[in-house]
Amino acid sequence: MPTHIERERLTDLVKTGAQLVEVLPAEEYAEEHLPGAINIPLREIDREAPERLDRNAPVIVYCWDFT
Amino acid sequence: MSPRAAWRLESLGFREVYEYRPGKADWLAAGLPTEGTGSRKPRALRYIARDVPTCRPGERVADAARRAAAAGWDLCLVTNKTGILLGRLDQKQLRGDGAQLVEGAMRPGPSTYRPDVPATELRHLMGHRGIGKLPVTTGDGRLLGVVCRDALDDLDDEVDADGSPRPSEGVRR
Repeated sequence: MPTHIERERLTDLVKTGAQLVEVLPAEEYAEEHLPGAINIPLREIDREAPERLDRNAPVIVYCWDFT
Repeated sequence: MSPRAAWRLESLGFREVYEYRPGKADWLAAGLPTEGTGSRKPRALRYIARDVPTCRPGERVADAARRAAAAGWDLCLVTNKTGILLGRLDQKQLRGDGAQLVEGAMRPGPSTYRPDVPATELRHLMGHRGIGKLPVTTGDGRLLGVVCRDALDDLDDEVDADGSPRPSEGVRR
């Protein structure tokens, strides 16, 4: 079950090597994203995640807000 | 969207998946740095005056007025002990009954904006509504400071019509 985290925890996890992924569309990512985040739009998750992410390292996903 | 992504990653075999549910909105509202083509767009955060005087609800208005005058402000914001903005005392209230408690004199629930609001939007709003000073808070209501209308006067010289900084202009921090 995915773990919900807040800003402070995110910062700590990224410092220790977590992969940060914005799942919004590419245009929104290009305009502004969190430092170090990569973009895998939700609809591309199945195809891109196995290619671009390390299954053995933590992954943090985010979008615009909780909606 | 992120809940679906997190669940999908787990089903794909990713063993340690976290979801930052407050998302980009929360990050921007906290005034933290970002990357991307729009990351240098001037936002309210840049124009915040953080030295605005504050007082507690249980203080006397006279004490708040003295503090505001000493700091050169005609405004005193009311916060609780954790910095949550509760109200504001403007000139009218500061010049009122000094013996009254702040909680009885303040204008409760003042309009606030987040630090990620584009500065051009804020200037338009303040000009349109005749607002001179606007409190800026985090998403959970914590006071960051105040944007004064005057501080936005130089925006025209720094940004294009879409609010982006001109390439030849530096962005002050």
